[in-house]
Amino acid sequence: MTEAAYRIQGDTGEWEVVIGLEVHAQVTSNAKLFSGAATAFGAEPNSQVSLIDAAMPGMLPTPNRECIRQAVRTGMAIGAVINKYSRFDRKNYFYADLPQGYQISQLFHPIVGEGQIEISLDEKDPEAFTKTIGIERIHVEQDAGKLMHDQHPTRSYVDLNRAGVALMEIVSKPDMRSPQEAGAYLSKLRAILRYVGSCDGNMDQGSMRADVNVSVRKPGAEFGTRTETKNVNSVRFVMQTVEVEARRQVEVLEAGGKIVQETRLFDPDRGETRSMRSKEDAHDYRYFPDPDLLPLELDDSFLEECRASLPELPDAKRRRYEQALGLTAYNAAVLTADADTARWFEALLAESARVQGKGEQEVARAAANWLLSDLYGALNKLGKDLGESPVSPVQGAELLALVADGTISGPLAKQVFEIMLETGDSAPKIVEDRGLKQTSDTGAIEAVIAEVLAKNPGQLEQYRGGKEALFGFFVGQTMKAMAGKANPAVVNELLKKALAG
Amino acid sequence: MSVDTATVKKVASLARIAISDADAERLAPELNNILGWIEQLGEVDTANVDPMTAVIPNTLRLRADVITEGQQRDAVLQNAPQGEHGFFTVPKVVE
Amino acid sequence: MTDVTDLGIAQLRDGIRAGTFSAREVADAFIVKVSKAKALNAFIVETPDHAIAAAKDADAARAAGETLKPLAGVPIGMKDLFATKGVQTTAASHMLEGFKPVYESTVSQRLWDAGAGMLGKLNLDQFAMGSSNETSYFGNVISPWRRGGGDNAPLAPGGSSGGSSAAIAARLVPGATGTDTGGSIRQPAAFVGISGIKPTYGRCSRWGVVAFASSLDQAGPMARSVQDCAILLENMAGFDPKDSTSLELAVPKWEAGLSSSLRGKKIGIPKEYRVDGMPAEIEALWQQGIDWVKDAGAEVVEVSLPHTKYALPAYYIIAPAEASSNLARYDGVRYGLRELADGQNLQEMYASTRAAGFGDEVKRRILIGTYVLSAGFYDAYYTQAQKVRTLIARDFDNAWMECDLLLTPTAPSAAFALGEKSADPLAMYLNDVFTVPSSLAGLPAMSVPGGLDKAGLPLGLQIIGKPLDEQGVLNAGLAIEERAGFTARPESWW
Repeated sequence: MTEAAYRIQGDTGEWEVVIGLEVHAQVTSNAKLFSGAATAFGAEPNSQVSLIDAAMPGMLPTPNRECIRQAVRTGMAIGAVINKYSRFDRKNYFYADLPQGYQISQLFHPIVGEGQIEISLDEKDPEAFTKTIGIERIHVEQDAGKLMHDQHPTRSYVDLNRAGVALMEIVSKPDMRSPQEAGAYLSKLRAILRYVGSCDGNMDQGSMRADVNVSVRKPGAEFGTRTETKNVNSVRFVMQTVEVEARRQVEVLEAGGKIVQETRLFDPDRGETRSMRSKEDAHDYRYFPDPDLLPLELDDSFLEECRASLPELPDAKRRRYEQALGLTAYNAAVLTADADTARWFEALLAESARVQGKGEQEVARAAANWLLSDLYGALNKLGKDLGESPVSPVQGAELLALVADGTISGPLAKQVFEIMLETGDSAPKIVEDRGLKQTSDTGAIEAVIAEVLAKNPGQLEQYRGGKEALFGFFVGQTMKAMAGKANPAVVNELLKKALAG
Repeated sequence: MSVDTATVKKVASLARIAISDADAERLAPELNNILGWIEQLGEVDTANVDPMTAVIPNTLRLRADVITEGQQRDAVLQNAPQGEHGFFTVPKVVE
Repeated sequence: MTDVTDLGIAQLRDGIRAGTFSAREVADAFIVKVSKAKALNAFIVETPDHAIAAAKDADAARAAGETLKPLAGVPIGMKDLFATKGVQTTAASHMLEGFKPVYESTVSQRLWDAGAGMLGKLNLDQFAMGSSNETSYFGNVISPWRRGGGDNAPLAPGGSSGGSSAAIAARLVPGATGTDTGGSIRQPAAFVGISGIKPTYGRCSRWGVVAFASSLDQAGPMARSVQDCAILLENMAGFDPKDSTSLELAVPKWEAGLSSSLRGKKIGIPKEYRVDGMPAEIEALWQQGIDWVKDAGAEVVEVSLPHTKYALPAYYIIAPAEASSNLARYDGVRYGLRELADGQNLQEMYASTRAAGFGDEVKRRILIGTYVLSAGFYDAYYTQAQKVRTLIARDFDNAWMECDLLLTPTAPSAAFALGEKSADPLAMYLNDVFTVPSSLAGLPAMSVPGGLDKAGLPLGLQIIGKPLDEQGVLNAGLAIEERAGFTARPESWW
């Protein structure tokens, strides 16, 4: 890590910012953490509410195995200590989105202990600037319901669909020192969760949100007082929150003021954070172990199953792409940054290797280049993401195979791809229907070459006089005359002969 | 430990129970009496004793990740003191 | 002709099976008794239709020659702490007045599945918090018993299951459900001269039972005989995956296993239960009980439960702490009472709703629970109490190395008059001194009538067993029942 340290220039000198993130990630599961109600996003209000979620008298929680399993797998993915003994505690407070009057969470004995995540600060060269960010803990807890304030002049509406959905709270150590590090950490965490499949990482739908703890200090001094900005819901906003909150704190301190430990809110429209005094109401959560639930004890077979079901994680995959597949560091980084991209690429790769009868390492570079330039370029124009690609990995592999076996040339492949996007037809069908098949028929090519030479006597003379750079000109003319359908290797070979006279 | 009326009010506020000054004055000695009696627990030597977690030895069972409930909005809202358009309603919360 | 309302659960069951009387006759007879006993205030809601429907099913099944269900046509009372589908369930609070659950508690459902019918929802101490049934929003339950000698002072039926105890003693129901957190089945049973058993924690599902203190609450039956308790318990207990603390065990055939021989059993007498100021009559009853179990073949040994005196203070931290959190859901948003004055905000609505919806004792316990869990006090109170609880459970474990069962009085006194202790919460709490330790340890424990005091009021003996040894407890109860020959019953004045 040799990157220049991030510093805020104040009137009294340089300030360093210290950041820790508490990320709430919704666990991917069919049913809620303690009830059998569904978790799907976007349902009719209060249609996914069990009697338990509504905290009816006498209702009791029973934990969902999948939620526990996903938290454990997430912990394993960040190399964390898995606590075989954990407990659920009640966090008591009153709010209209909290039907029980308490949130079931884990304070005293979380399920996952210390771990770490490696972040990279240079996308082009991921190994150049890396930093390890410590994870303090991961615990499992219930989400709250949702209040709507704009439907009625004097009332707020309560929707309990989210109430009781499982969340993982992933608490980092205060190890980040710049907005870039905070952004890189959140992106990397999101990538890991999506790889593991424990959270869809969908920040628009609130599946992931971060509480941003920020403090400032003179470099090397003790930690300053921190503020906590709640529920920041994008990587960009997290970076902005760090930037503006750190600057605000420097201004307060340099004006002789003090930082108050408080909860703040990020306002993206104004680009500022502001105090949430309304929620400050002297919180005393009266945590105690939930007497409706017994201690959670995980056995070795459960842990073994969790470990065995872990996929290859982004860092390992990136290194393998570079080392075993021979991809560039940049391509490997881009292809592995998101689980869906890597999955798409690997499907393309496997299919390419299969149809071409070659090893993956032999087809990898062409596949990576096509995906990152041709396919991404096309999707960009269409405003779609990879998941919505009109061309499937199988179709892509067919196209790449036609290039590899010389059926069509590279330039022709681009045309075929365009037609695939328009019509949805497969590459072999397009080539067949439109007669785009490349020819290696030496008689036909020789005839065309003879014509080209006859039409360009001047160039021929120059070439034969030693200006061999004109070779490309003849190739171009021949290919053009054959509408791109000639096999370039054959053209090269026959041209050389003809030019040699 | 002595509980004064201010403490009673603070605790009542935490518990979201409205109490009058007269209530607080009546409750303070009552609670003091009870808490004073409870405090004899302090004399028990509990070094190296774990707090009880499960009354009868038992382990937490984990249920299958299956949707078993929902689509019962009317039943959920049936006893609500106030609601409309499929929501529970409360006095407007200003955030 | 016999009055069927004098019969117990087993006799009614057998009579309906044999055709001695129809289930409908039984239901009708009890419905009349219930309707004429308003002065006892034992019921919050009467549900004659429910009892009649079950009776019709039983009679139809018998007419069709089908095998009758275990409790076919037997009407019972349901403590109003159990959620009953479509029938108001209040926990005796203003907070839940008018609340009609859309669900049925596991325990009540099991009883209905066994063919029983419901005569009504029985009054209780509000949210099961009390030992005298004086904290109900729906008024005090009056014990059917009176002191002799023209003293007509209304007496407490015990609590919290006071509606259950009064109704059974007055023959309004042959049996009823109760719940026991620190003695709420056993103490009222003792006060009115009936039997009641709190099974091992986890035997009966807590699903659908309005929670008081989750780690202590346990449902159980109350009836006029040990056999009747065994029959009811068999049809209440059982594993329920909806309750995480439910024990995954088959339900033993307790009725079939009943035996009053205690040969080979060792019965422990805990010396710490000889508390200062114990009335001589209680002392004498205890000795009588010792003689009875010896007569039944048991060997009696003195044992020590050294942390007994700390059980009550520990209980009065743990139970209110859990209650303060369990009762947070009563906030006027999704069901129950809402008090909202013009211009009040959400938090003010909570405070006024909870002030109006909870009675004084409930508020007192919520405040104590809130206080002991609050910042800075948690370890000193709650953690310490749970550690003491470990020591209390360990005391019992040690005792089990020397004996199979424990015999103690159920309560330190006979029934007291209404109002006698209600002004002093602490004096009321001390009434649970003998019942709370076994609750803290989750042990099965039962009260059976032993005799009458000088004033002619019933006194109870308590048997405490090892975890899951309900059979041992019931058998010792039966041995005492046979020897006590308790036949006294209150004269009807209501």
